Amino acid sequence: MDPPGMRRVGSPLGRWLVRAPPLLWLGLFFLVPFVITLKISFSLPATAQPPYRPVLDWSDGIAGWRAFFEGLELTNYAMLAADSLYWKATLSSLAYAAGATAILVLIGTPMALAMARASVRIQPLLVALVVVPFWTSFLIRVYAWIAILKPEGLLNAALLKLGVVAQPLTILDTPLAVMIGLTYAYLPFVVLPLYAVMSRLDTTLPEAAADLGASRARIFRTVTLPLAMPGLVAGALLCFIPMVGEFIIPDLLGGSETLMLGRMLWIEFFSNRDWPIASAVAVLLLILIVVPVVLFRGAEERREEALR
Amino acid sequence: MPAPAPDHPEPLLRLDRVTKSFGAHRAVDAVSLDLAPGEFLCLLGPSGCGKSTLLRLLAGFETPDAGTIRLGGEDLTGLPPHRRPVNMMFQSYALFPHMSVAQNLAYGLQGLGHSRSAIAERVQGLLRLVKLEGFGARRPDKLSGGQRQRVALARALAREPQLLLLDEPLGALDRALREETQGELRALQRRLGTGFVVVTHDPEEAMALADRIGVMDRGRLVQVGPARDLYERPASRFVAGLLGDVNLIAGFLESAVGAMRSVRTELGPIRAVASEALSGAELGDPVVVAVRPERMRFGAGDNALAGTLVDAAYLGDRMRRQVRMADGTVLRASASLPEEAAGPAVGDSISPGFAPEDGWILPA
Repeated sequence: MDPPGMRRVGSPLGRWLVRAPPLLWLGLFFLVPFVITLKISFSLPATAQPPYRPVLDWSDGIAGWRAFFEGLELTNYAMLAADSLYWKATLSSLAYAAGATAILVLIGTPMALAMARASVRIQPLLVALVVVPFWTSFLIRVYAWIAILKPEGLLNAALLKLGVVAQPLTILDTPLAVMIGLTYAYLPFVVLPLYAVMSRLDTTLPEAAADLGASRARIFRTVTLPLAMPGLVAGALLCFIPMVGEFIIPDLLGGSETLMLGRMLWIEFFSNRDWPIASAVAVLLLILIVVPVVLFRGAEERREEALR
Repeated sequence: MPAPAPDHPEPLLRLDRVTKSFGAHRAVDAVSLDLAPGEFLCLLGPSGCGKSTLLRLLAGFETPDAGTIRLGGEDLTGLPPHRRPVNMMFQSYALFPHMSVAQNLAYGLQGLGHSRSAIAERVQGLLRLVKLEGFGARRPDKLSGGQRQRVALARALAREPQLLLLDEPLGALDRALREETQGELRALQRRLGTGFVVVTHDPEEAMALADRIGVMDRGRLVQVGPARDLYERPASRFVAGLLGDVNLIAGFLESAVGAMRSVRTELGPIRAVASEALSGAELGDPVVVAVRPERMRFGAGDNALAGTLVDAAYLGDRMRRQVRMADGTVLRASASLPEEAAGPAVGDSISPGFAPEDGWILPA
């Protein structure tokens, strides 16, 4: 349904010409791969090419379809539920993502506020500084953290030189290194949406609050933060969702002990060559991510309704 | 601090040479001003004259570079906005969009140690004051422009400030509502006895509202006084033109005849009253004679000049005429209709003039 106040313009053909490319894109590169993955998650591993059974045999017609559907099983999902390793990886992925999101919000909010309050002339420069890391490959930036965090790395060298520690700290290959990596890599995703909202806030509102006797802390709590909430939630989701499935950071910085779904997925696909169970993990990951988004959208819509 | 004049009570507000610059731009330039308790003052001037900056200095959003601001004898100069016994009504109203009307009104009452029920009672009182009973649960965006304006006013009054600052309070209202609201605002101010400082660019509004008007021009307070003084005895051409239509006839100071002075102009000699600004002027100095269109008369008599009627417009409540003089200048005359049974026709030679006490000589 069209939102109220918006009128349909253009011919039906014109509308479809506009809609077709994104629909085609989503269909080809999201829906089709997803259906394939879903199908593989209900299959059984096999030493074959491709490495799972059943495979749809088009030449058998209807009989082939029937054999195909009868061959699908829930075994992989039963395994996911039974093996505590997957549960632990799921919970630890959620814990890492939630913890890093909380830290990002705590760091990103004052950063975005400071950017929005800076003089209008230097704001573009500040935005550019937040965006600049994207000009370098993500992989290289995570590798750089290895050089910083390893026992003989830059951080330890500096701490030893300053006499803060007597022995090099073990940071690399620990959960702390994963948290540092996640916080570093995703900071722009929480800062930019927050900045976008905060820089558009009516500057007379904090002034009116101050005029009515509110201290800076009360202005932030009662005016700035509630009005910036849409940006805060958008930023938090933008970090939380990819972090649950993050692979590179736990793989490079977390060492072999780190349990996260992204790594499990990779190990099952490439080390164990168990495509069906890997696909089941992928579907689980998708559900973990889609559910909070749907809940959030629903809450947003109810909030909008309440305001109407 | 200079001692207050003996016949005046201690002023509520005293500005002493308050100055504020932004870079090289002097937004407020050595403004000194007293406000009596319960007085209604309008700051009037074109945009960019510094009137809004002066208001923000009073509210504490800006700090003066020099000078002092005292309220009830207490120095406010370094005090942040939330510590000042002053409240402001914003031009945009600045209502909190995520709060209901009642929450907006209660905002300034929280943290003062009032009980919940005392705040609720005060909020009801404020809603009654601005005739918005029953609107407490609404969001600001569900109100009309006039209702929002009244919420903003009530919110600014919630803390019972000694001084209320209003930035273009009626600027966003349409014309009919504005005139009605002017009366209500005036009545409210009289009833509460709060000192009001209103910023406006609309001279008619300033005249309708204020006990005194302060005219600002390029950061300076150029004249302060009741509307009648400013309209009939302006201190400069700028003030004369700001408050309403005025005919300006250029000339040179010729001689003093009694209380009147004589001015030599292209249109002939004119006798008029000299403003205080001319006290030091010498004979031969360039001046202008300012005459309001409604003071113009036709026919023989004082200051009778010669011209041709080029336009006569019937405006319902008055007749507006334009007369082209021999040197090409056009003088405007307006007359209320009853005196104008049979007037001259366009193209007729007529003789506009004015009584010497209706002409006001100003420095050129």
